[in-house]
Amino acid sequence: MPAALVNVPPKARRGAVIEIKTLMSHVMEPGYRHTAAGEVVPRDIITSFTCRFNGAEIFRADLFPAIAANPFLSFFTTASESGKFEFEWIGDNGFVATASAAITVE
Amino acid sequence: MRPQALLAAALLGMALPVLAGEIAPSGRRSGYDFMSADSKAMQDDDTANPAMLSVLEGETLWTTKAGAADKSCSDCHGAVDVSMKGVAARYPAFSAASAAPVDLGQRVNLCRRQHQEADPFAPESRELLALTALIAKQSRGMPITAGGDPRLASSVARGRELFVQRQGQLNLACANCHDDNWDKHLAGSAITQGQPTGYPIYRLEWQGMGSLQRRLRGCMTGIRAQAFDFDAPDMIALELYLMSRAHGMTMDAPAVRP
Amino acid sequence: MVSMFDPLHLSRRHLLQLAGTLTAATALPLVTVRPAQATPAMLASAIRNLVGEAQVKTGKVRLDIPPLVENGNTVPMTVSVDHPMTPDSFVKSIHVFNEKNPQPNVANFHLTPSAGRAQVTTRIRLADTQKVVAIAKLSDGTFWSISVDVIVTLAACTEEMP
Repeated sequence: MPAALVNVPPKARRGAVIEIKTLMSHVMEPGYRHTAAGEVVPRDIITSFTCRFNGAEIFRADLFPAIAANPFLSFFTTASESGKFEFEWIGDNGFVATASAAITVE
Repeated sequence: MRPQALLAAALLGMALPVLAGEIAPSGRRSGYDFMSADSKAMQDDDTANPAMLSVLEGETLWTTKAGAADKSCSDCHGAVDVSMKGVAARYPAFSAASAAPVDLGQRVNLCRRQHQEADPFAPESRELLALTALIAKQSRGMPITAGGDPRLASSVARGRELFVQRQGQLNLACANCHDDNWDKHLAGSAITQGQPTGYPIYRLEWQGMGSLQRRLRGCMTGIRAQAFDFDAPDMIALELYLMSRAHGMTMDAPAVRP
Repeated sequence: MVSMFDPLHLSRRHLLQLAGTLTAATALPLVTVRPAQATPAMLASAIRNLVGEAQVKTGKVRLDIPPLVENGNTVPMTVSVDHPMTPDSFVKSIHVFNEKNPQPNVANFHLTPSAGRAQVTTRIRLADTQKVVAIAKLSDGTFWSISVDVIVTLAACTEEMP
């Protein structure tokens, strides 16, 4: 599994709006570059990122070659109950990576 | 003009190309200092700093057994945050075996050969950058002490010589930019003073990690010079001189740089 | 499109056609007040794919991106929408486009009312000095946009591929 960094506050007050930050290690080869020999380097990018909370999708992103390598995404959610965030990155050449983080809501 | 004054002027004239730009200790600034607020913010937050992905990989490698000896780094060194504290701040360091300085990457590879009985990692390999990033992070906030070892004096002097020596089709020495023109701009980025406080770095240009050697090779290619080979003695001497310039400055590895 | 016509040699028919083109272009859901010809066709068409025939209003959306980037390979960008996030009224999605990269799409972000705040940060690649456009789609079906100009300078010291 490639290295991924997800940052979710371990605890939050009910109703608080919290920030979630994710970093995924990936080359994000755009498919527009050429080797010294003139051959196109084939595209190899992450195309989709999804965050689910207790099974329900709360955030999704479609990514294109214009996203920089090692994609960073930060977004917000409202802490409603304790539970588990699940993160999924899907990309070219069968790339799939997952991560998860728990939160306690008081 | 009296002969004495003439002599003084002549000496001054000779000395100028070498000494004019020397940066006084109080005026020294790290590459971090020259960055935009956005890039600083990227480095300051460990959950946003992409170099931390490499550190994470390094943590895995640190405890992974390797080589014929089937040993991991931690089998000898224990916890990285204890044993490696401050280590990167004194590299390149003197190696008694070769009676020459070795940089941090070379030190890791010496360990691999001697103690793990494994093949060395290639220069700029993912693994070598990950381990050096992990080790360098343990010196964060600590003062750089590299170059202080008297056994390295001749290597520091050699590095200094290389630093002020013009080279390449553009006929530029490192000093022409980094002593004489720092804080001016090349395209969107400031010219820095060449104080390598944060290596290995995550460079926005590279969209990835790289060592000081890679950065120096980039500079050499930029001035249309023949880049030194990775790990060449002159490369290590130049690294050593740069770290000695930064003596006393605070490590901020693994840094983000434009 | 318009630049294909040589203004010195326009016939009345050409002028009528041109007028027709401009009218059609004005009716298109353009996101900036700039004339149609300032927007490369790919960007315009990518935006049309998103919004269809709907009107795109300027406002509500904020795009934080350095006006002069340090390196076009990794440009931090935050897009936010000044709109409440309630089950009845919320930002459904945010779409980021660019003008001069090889393709116009940068990213689409799909939100839910539980987000609490319609704000996303990422890092993008900009191949050249250009315009970046963000469009928000609200739950009531309206589209809001902003366009920002970014200056990209090439790296001073390039190097061979490692």
